[in-house]
Amino acid sequence: MIFLRRTFPLILAFVVGVIGILVFYVPHSVAQALERDLAKWFMIIAAFAYFLGLYSLMTLHWTRVRARQPGWGYSLVAYLSFAVMVVFIVYNDGHGPFHAQAEAGGYQWLYLNVYVPCTSSMFSILAFFIASAAYRTFRARSPEAALLLLAGLIVMLGRVPIGAYISDVIPDAAQWLMAVPNMAAKRGILLGVSLGAIATSLRIIFGIERAYLGGGEE
Amino acid sequence: MILLRLIASLTLTILVVSPATAQLVSSVPEITAFDTPDDAGGSITVTWPPADHVPPATVYRIYLAESSAGPFHLAAEIDAGTSFQSEDTAVFGFAEENANRHFAHVKSYAGDNGESSTDMVTGRPYFVRLVVRSPSGELRGAVTTAVEAEQNYFKWSKLNNFLLGTVFSIIIMLSIALARRRELYIRRIPGLEAMDEALGRATEMGRAVLFIHGLRDMAQIPTIAAVNILSRVARRTADFDAKLRVTNVDPIVMSVSQETVKEAYLEAGRPDAFNPDDVFVVATDQFSYAAAVQGIMLRERPAAHIMMGGFFAEALLFAETGAQTGAIQIAGTDSYTQLPFFITTCDYTLMGEELYAASAYLSREPRLLGSLKGQDIGKAIFLVVLIAGVVLATLDVSFLSQAFTAR
Repeated sequence: MIFLRRTFPLILAFVVGVIGILVFYVPHSVAQALERDLAKWFMIIAAFAYFLGLYSLMTLHWTRVRARQPGWGYSLVAYLSFAVMVVFIVYNDGHGPFHAQAEAGGYQWLYLNVYVPCTSSMFSILAFFIASAAYRTFRARSPEAALLLLAGLIVMLGRVPIGAYISDVIPDAAQWLMAVPNMAAKRGILLGVSLGAIATSLRIIFGIERAYLGGGEE
Repeated sequence: MILLRLIASLTLTILVVSPATAQLVSSVPEITAFDTPDDAGGSITVTWPPADHVPPATVYRIYLAESSAGPFHLAAEIDAGTSFQSEDTAVFGFAEENANRHFAHVKSYAGDNGESSTDMVTGRPYFVRLVVRSPSGELRGAVTTAVEAEQNYFKWSKLNNFLLGTVFSIIIMLSIALARRRELYIRRIPGLEAMDEALGRATEMGRAVLFIHGLRDMAQIPTIAAVNILSRVARRTADFDAKLRVTNVDPIVMSVSQETVKEAYLEAGRPDAFNPDDVFVVATDQFSYAAAVQGIMLRERPAAHIMMGGFFAEALLFAETGAQTGAIQIAGTDSYTQLPFFITTCDYTLMGEELYAASAYLSREPRLLGSLKGQDIGKAIFLVVLIAGVVLATLDVSFLSQAFTAR
């Protein structure tokens, strides 16, 4: 049992990890075909895993409905929405589920007129959250906070027409802030992240890092 | 016989050239044809210098044939003044003379009917001819010796990448080996030091700890790092007898997280406290996930939010909502676009590589700490190379920046 739970996954991680590195440097058609097959296998596993996700989601909401937890009505809405979408997918404007979804079908209508506006609304909330986060954060309590406030002000003004109306220097200063210190910081973070990714990958490939298997390193 | 053929070919060359072209383009440049490097076959590369006295609207045409006697088929057409070797540094490098040579990668040629296209076959010999065509006529060059497209076994254009990766990997492995012999100093990471404080706070308040995974799938490094942190967090919550809830957007990440939390509770001797329903998928879509997690934050009011992994636009939705509930928030991500949002709204933030270092930091296991030291040595080398590269580039010496250019 230990072999299946510990040893075999480590061997698999090592073999597939080394193959993944090698195919990056080997252009031979055999290597490229292997890379494409690995990607397909991953997609197949991910597709089966969606059944697990669906079961988890349905169980979560059913538990809430059964226990009448706060907000259980929304769980009923989740069940109802799921059922309605499944009905429209299966019906597919009379063509059945094994044809491509009809352009004028109920599924497409629900997706474009219900789902997309909902996600757009969630995205738009960010505008208000940015404002509330900025209000809380941009207070000049220290030199660093004052510098952050000043830089944020310049960049925000530089991105809108009123900045250029106030002074021609503001858009140029905003551009410089984004192109020089911001870019330098971003690249510094990326350098560290890249080295960290190499180190983490090596730890996983050689079985030094095993926490993802569950439990400790033993 | 050979002399007659030579005279005939020379005569043919002269006959197709009108007097107007003969005064402008006097000869066809000599071409070089070879197998295109770093590919899976099916392609050859042809290079040639510009012709003398090239008039406007002149084009170079590459013709291929399977026999030196023909028939030749059109394979590529290059406008004069375009397609120089300096545009393809992966194949030709950074030599100065590349700006004065044309090139064409040829993978197919026109069929017999002139409309369809026939792909080149790997291993089959082909003969190449260059024709200079201008508005007043065309000049045909000599036919090359046979050239074959081959499959290659190594991308030589990525040699610098391979060597750098190998060097850093050796440094990291040596550091891991060294770590077993002596204690290594690792600087304090406030976000990880505060983990116990956050979990203790949740235990005292009798409220849950909410662990939020990012949007990336299990194959991504930040998700693996997040699962490693989850293992430590689950062990602590089992010890403290606090409730742990884990939200996921990916079903595979959910499965791995369930197993991780279960093992952690087993190790802590609290298998009875593990509830698989506490590790669940709330949605498989970005903003559905955001809405669901925000709902959990507002309804259940966890005392601590731990957000680890790769995040996108939903990061601020999580962090700002959590800030409004008064929970202690610890975030960690390698997404540099989301770091500013986490820094401004969370109590502690693990930036970039600190997320990857978390597993080593929390476990204090020598081999893991050794890999951190290897990263630091790599960064020191990068720092030296950066400074040297800036100085040399300022002095117009470019070999160092070229050596580190991705091709």
